[in-house]
Amino acid sequence: MKLNVKLFAAARQLAGADQLAVDLPEGSTVSDLRYRLAMEHPDLAPLLPHVLFAIGSEYVGDSKPLADAMELACIPPVSGG
Amino acid sequence: MIELVTGPIDTQNILAQVTSPEAGAVVLFLGTTRQFTSGRETASLDYECYHDMALAKLAELEAEARTKWPIVHCAIVHRTGHVGLGEASVAVAVSTAHRSAAFEAGQWLIDTLKHVVPIWKKENWSDGTSQWVHPGLEVPKEIRSEP
Repeated sequence: MKLNVKLFAAARQLAGADQLAVDLPEGSTVSDLRYRLAMEHPDLAPLLPHVLFAIGSEYVGDSKPLADAMELACIPPVSGG
Repeated sequence: MIELVTGPIDTQNILAQVTSPEAGAVVLFLGTTRQFTSGRETASLDYECYHDMALAKLAELEAEARTKWPIVHCAIVHRTGHVGLGEASVAVAVSTAHRSAAFEAGQWLIDTLKHVVPIWKKENWSDGTSQWVHPGLEVPKEIRSEP
């Protein structure tokens, strides 16, 4: 299944892109996505253990099942205010 | 009132939005750009956000605050883009019948905003380097400056 991951702040800067396309096997979870991103984008790897993922406007946990064509956001620790 | 704005925050408008004959207290908090952090000089800040999620989370914060305190009106405005020294990047205003609830709600709103709303700050240091701020994270050396 093909997913799109939006990137922000240091994640965007490290990857050199504001979004990444990721292809994962059916049945994959957010945890698998985290692992795959680290494999395919070594520059992002140091940040990935610390990011949250969101689908729509909701944070999702590592066990969240993913589906084809989903769009996720990679949310590094926030610093608004 | 929940807003993300790209220009200066209009505090007079925010106060007008939350002031009410039902309220005996209005608390306005402004987060402003500080020149020195641990002895290091900031020239300016840049903020970016995940726009739709940031608006949704701000609205959730207001709704949750309304379950905790008897809020008459609430306004949360965050600025994105370039913010100069001394300028406000965020405003939280709350009106309530009595002052203690307004102070408590305002404090809770800004504290919680800083933990959950997908907005990020980049420090533009006076030495010409820049650095995204990710609390709790040792930012890798190679991303310490961005053109």
